[in-house]
Amino acid sequence: MTGDVIKTDAVIIGAGPVALFAIFELGLLDIKAHVIDILDKPGGQCAELYPEKPIYDIPALLVVSGQELTDRLLQQIKPFNPVFHLQQRVDELEARGEDGFALKTDTGTQFETRIVIIAAGGGSFTPKRPPLKRIEEMEGKSVFYSVRRIEDFRDRTIVIAGGGDSALDWALALQGVAKRVTLVHRREEFRAAPDSVNKMRALVDAGEMDFIIGQVMELHGDAGQLTSAGIRGKDGETSRLDCDTLLPFFGLTMKLGPVADWGLNLNENKILVDTEKFETSQQRIFAIGDINSYPGKLKLILSGFHEAALMARQAYHYVYPDARYVLQYTTTSTSLQKKLGVR
Amino acid sequence: MPRITYIEHDGTRHEVEAEAGMTVMEAAVKNSVPGIEAECGGACSCATCHVYVADQWRAATGQPEEMEEDMLDFAFDVRETSRLSCQIKVTDELDGLVVHTPEKQF
Ligand SMILES: Cc1cc2nc3c(=O)[nH]c(=O)nc-3n(C[C@H](O)[C@H](O)[C@H](O)COP(=O)(O)OP(=O)(O)OC[C@H]3O[C@@H](n4cnc5c(N)ncnc54)[C@H](O)[C@@H]3O)c2cc1C
Ligand code: FES
Repeated sequence: MTGDVIKTDAVIIGAGPVALFAIFELGLLDIKAHVIDILDKPGGQCAELYPEKPIYDIPALLVVSGQELTDRLLQQIKPFNPVFHLQQRVDELEARGEDGFALKTDTGTQFETRIVIIAAGGGSFTPKRPPLKRIEEMEGKSVFYSVRRIEDFRDRTIVIAGGGDSALDWALALQGVAKRVTLVHRREEFRAAPDSVNKMRALVDAGEMDFIIGQVMELHGDAGQLTSAGIRGKDGETSRLDCDTLLPFFGLTMKLGPVADWGLNLNENKILVDTEKFETSQQRIFAIGDINSYPGKLKLILSGFHEAALMARQAYHYVYPDARYVLQYTTTSTSLQKKLGVR
Repeated sequence: MPRITYIEHDGTRHEVEAEAGMTVMEAAVKNSVPGIEAECGGACSCATCHVYVADQWRAATGQPEEMEEDMLDFAFDVRETSRLSCQIKVTDELDGLVVHTPEKQF
């Protein structure tokens, strides 16, 4: 147990478009939110999977790209100063007494909150695991999908697989610390910042790093300890390369993850909610956006926005039990306009 | 209507009727063909719709464009015949197309 516990009214799990709009709806009702996402940026699927693709069914916007929608939402919630905790996955969620919850992330950040809003979409974005034999038993010992502390990799003989920015950035960062870094990628071209590619090539030319065109197809070793990797070259032949560490970087996929372990009623891996308050089987825990399930559910951004508004009304009752909820229009309400900073 | 055959890793064949204009991925998903996940729904941003095009169909299906080639970096066991099935448009000329699905889509 390290660090201070962050005490707040609301924690939102996930920072996709639906979470972002929930910040707005909660903000209008004076509920401040902390937002947690495993990604390094807000926007969920829109920002991660299709930042440049057009969306045509956001009301009143003829067309907007995934990234532009995210940017506009961020602009809209600015007055409410949400606190983002990125690159962290919420692992634990437990009831704490009658009217609160304790949350903990994989990096150890802890929260105490009165309500929880799960806006986890299709699940948390997780690094793809190459379907190689023995890889699971090697994870955490010889196989890593991220680097938390460079120093942990000192004097290791490392194979880095992949051709994107993560592969190149880590190859460059670990070169010099590791005993040897070998980059393995299936082709000569990289989909990465040209500057990193040039740096990598210069190191290879200087004999300080290796680059092999090929694909890692086999892992050898035992008891979770990698001793060599079978690399299939362009000619189709597989040859072995001695190494003790593999870092595969093949992008991200969405996995439901810890959400399934929190004792909430699920239906086909989605969290069951009512359609009045979008509350789960546990009072004070809400689920909105792609992660929830109810009769007639449509996995659309627009539906998520609606769910956020109704959720916020009930959240208000929990956070301000003595106050009465009154519907106000942003057009005419002086108090809402003050909160939005337009008055 | 063009017919497409998907052959699984273990040899199981699935023959489906596709419509010209849809993609080879969409035809698979619509007919519940296993082995094609298509997590991103055809946005060429997940590489979980990876297939191997049968040799005799490679000329007809053509070569991947740059964006697809980049995305193939995120697929497993990529070969000369690899394509992302969401990037192959079904046409009448592709009637009879045969593609193989990989053992695992990652
Ligand atoms: C290619 C494509 C095109 C689409 N086009 C449209 C369209 O035109 N119109 C439309 O309405 N919808 C469209 N959608 C669907 C739309 O993107 C989703 O409905 C929307 O993103 C759902 O938003 P969300 O906030 O519920 O979840 P998401 O966007 O999935 O975000 C959830 C976030 O939660 C995070 N998370 C999950 N669990 C945890 C955890 N335990 N700890 C930390 N973080 C966690 C994830 O990392 C993720 O960032 C499209 C989707 C795709 C893939
Ligand atoms: S469906 Fe995602 S890349 Fe083809």
